[in-house]
Amino acid sequence: MHDNEAVVELRGITVEFPGVRALDGVDLTLRRGEVHALMGENGAGKSTLIKALTGVYTPTSGRVVVAGSPVAFTGPADAQASGVSTVYQEVNLAPNLTVAENIMLGNEPRRFGAIDVRAMRRRAAELLARLDVHVDPASSLGAHSLAVQQLVAICRALVVDCKVLVLDEPTSSLDAGEVEKLFTVMRTLRDDGVAILFVSHFLEQIYAISDRMTILRNGRLVGEYRTADLPRRELVHLMIGSSFEDLEKLGDAPRREQAAADGAEPLFQAVALGRKGSIRPFDLDVHAGEVVGLAGLLGSGRTELSRLLTGTDRADAGKVLLDGRPVRLATPRAALRRKIAYSSEDRKAEGLVGDLTVRENIVLALQADRGWLRRLPARTVDEIVDRYIAALDIRPANPAALVRNLSGGNQQKVLLARWLATAPRLLVLDEPTRGIDVGAKAEIQRLVAQLAADGMAVVFVSAELEEVLRLSHRVAVLRDRVKVGELVNSDDVHLGDVVDLIASGEAS
Amino acid sequence: MTRVQAIVRHRLFWPVVALVALLVANTIKNPTFVTLRVLDGHLFGAIINLLRQGAPLLLVSLGMTLVIATRGIDLSVGAVVAIAGAVGLASVAGAPDPGSLGAVLTAFVLALAVCVLAGMWNGFLVSVLGIQPIIATLVLMTAGRGIAMLITDGQITTVTSAPYKAIGSGFWLGLPIPVLLAAAVMAAVALLTRRTALGLLVESVGINPEASRIAGVGSRAIVWTVYVVCALFAGLAGLMVSADTMAADANNAGLFIELDAILAVVIGGTSLAGGKFSLSGTLVGVLVITTLTVTVGMMSISPSVTPLFKAVVVIAVCLAQSPAVRERLAARRRRAASTAAAAAEVAA
Repeated sequence: MHDNEAVVELRGITVEFPGVRALDGVDLTLRRGEVHALMGENGAGKSTLIKALTGVYTPTSGRVVVAGSPVAFTGPADAQASGVSTVYQEVNLAPNLTVAENIMLGNEPRRFGAIDVRAMRRRAAELLARLDVHVDPASSLGAHSLAVQQLVAICRALVVDCKVLVLDEPTSSLDAGEVEKLFTVMRTLRDDGVAILFVSHFLEQIYAISDRMTILRNGRLVGEYRTADLPRRELVHLMIGSSFEDLEKLGDAPRREQAAADGAEPLFQAVALGRKGSIRPFDLDVHAGEVVGLAGLLGSGRTELSRLLTGTDRADAGKVLLDGRPVRLATPRAALRRKIAYSSEDRKAEGLVGDLTVRENIVLALQADRGWLRRLPARTVDEIVDRYIAALDIRPANPAALVRNLSGGNQQKVLLARWLATAPRLLVLDEPTRGIDVGAKAEIQRLVAQLAADGMAVVFVSAELEEVLRLSHRVAVLRDRVKVGELVNSDDVHLGDVVDLIASGEAS
Repeated sequence: MTRVQAIVRHRLFWPVVALVALLVANTIKNPTFVTLRVLDGHLFGAIINLLRQGAPLLLVSLGMTLVIATRGIDLSVGAVVAIAGAVGLASVAGAPDPGSLGAVLTAFVLALAVCVLAGMWNGFLVSVLGIQPIIATLVLMTAGRGIAMLITDGQITTVTSAPYKAIGSGFWLGLPIPVLLAAAVMAAVALLTRRTALGLLVESVGINPEASRIAGVGSRAIVWTVYVVCALFAGLAGLMVSADTMAADANNAGLFIELDAILAVVIGGTSLAGGKFSLSGTLVGVLVITTLTVTVGMMSISPSVTPLFKAVVVIAVCLAQSPAVRERLAARRRRAASTAAAAAEVAA
């Protein structure tokens, strides 16, 4: 199939935003009848490239060639009219309209100026049949599963003669059976000669469906490879990138001693804990005074696992033991009662209460635990707030400042202060260093090490493997929402070992 | 920022201006508006009347403020007002001696208990079943008047009972009892929200429900509580309204009071999107609305255009408070200032 003619050629695409070069001279070639994977970690430029193709962004320089002629689409609608359709991760459909209406929206067949409902249903039914989806076109879209909605979105892309189909993370909320269904559809379309650009964070899926892949890193092109010729380990290397070699050197930085004595009872044990559609059942022990790191690519289930540990999501399988005794963590409130705190990766949406002050944010969890009747005395509040503002060097050191006006790093510190104020025994930190400056990052890393040294159990999640490896006593590795292994950190564990585990899924 | 600017920017500046303007207009039209007389040791006058009329609305609005702060809304308060009046008067009417204090107290307790039940129903629908507040409370808004009708047998129940009447038109220490009651409730709510952690937790749930959940805030109990409190206050207001006329009118008691209450809360600067709330703002909002109603009467404006008149004032206050309008006015001022400065420079 490598002989097939190119339908889309992107050449030297550069996209600049004020102060940022999001893409730097990237090439991409899509051929007729292939599934082409677009790979890269967060911020590599995948979405920007798709948007440059479909006309959402206008490239600063570079050419977009579709079917042999240069084009400059004015937007996704214009692109679709020329045969380039996009299906996004979040289904962009109207759940309260019927399946047929959703498919034909904007392309409704008309008769005497009015919409011809019967023709519309017939046309929709034809498209559904082409993808082998058996649903009633007259039924309301919202009544169907996400997978069916995803397939309807694809039908919608096929209404006009579709030469190129862009699927931006279509599988992130589908289960295994649904993914298989989607793949069948993708293969049908591919065999019909459609070029499919596929974005997914699941390595398994990439290897199952794609013929070829283009890898991006930090807005630059790494290269184009045939999937069959590229071993997984190599792929992970290429995605994580040049910094990889530098990081491997850092691997020799002083490591922390293995804290937990062998045979000591773990503070916290998850036994076959799992949640359908979120993460496969896993075991995990955390000892007092120990930092357990979670490593894995984006979408590998790090956050899902963290949320199960802390009652933020309810587990539907397995159990949790605290000090060897089973406990039920049905809500975050129940977990906090048992001194288990979860610091979400999404500071704004799930962490801070933006319109409240620094003071109120810091004492919120403590006060919530006491209930509204037993208000913390003002003096205690001031004492706690002053202590944490000083200890974490929160700036401005003004307890009455609204938290939404603080910088990212300081917001993160306020959030940490909130959890520390509850004196947790187990603290689960999901990406505490994301999006904050280097100084604040180092401070938070130091703090985590100090907390563990003082006897707290910490689960530390970060997309940066180097950080995980530097701080953790043990590293649990996740891939495709499965915990695939665990490494005891020591001087002869290197980044490469973690990468191997992420790529292969076999403990070394 | 100078002190004057700080005052002008205060979110209650425009509502207070509107209130003062209305009072001044009334005084000009009728100079006796501001005079107070003492008769039989009781304070009388147009202002006192105004406060007395505003008391039930203040009670309802205080509860509404808390509900709105949790991102909710309670449309059923008007119906609860009617229920409270119906239960109270029906109970007194059924007592062997309607004029005895015991019968009246029993009636009050019974009426308020029924209102607490109504609040629990609303709170259950919203916090446990997760029904949107506007729909959940619409249920009782519609059904409530039917319940009141059942209690009064479809008649307008009238009773004579001096102690009952006191809650609507009695005096204590020279002041009308409804005003004292409303003031006491307002003080209690202020203490309850600012001296306990209720205010903080209500605001936290209203601003960011998910972050509050993860921080362990028992949002279900909080939300439930505010609906119960809201219905309880509406019940108290209902007793006042029914005592005023000593008639339980299932159809008209507290009609549209929910809309006035929502308006008062919004004029007072509490956002319908939830979060930060202001009890003093709600008080100002209630005074603006009540004064407006009184003014319409005073100015002998035809009742048929009353709603229009009210709407104009409300639009003016809301516009003055709207961030978009403020932003535009500020931009215009800045432009004017910079052109003036430029002109001065050229002249120099």
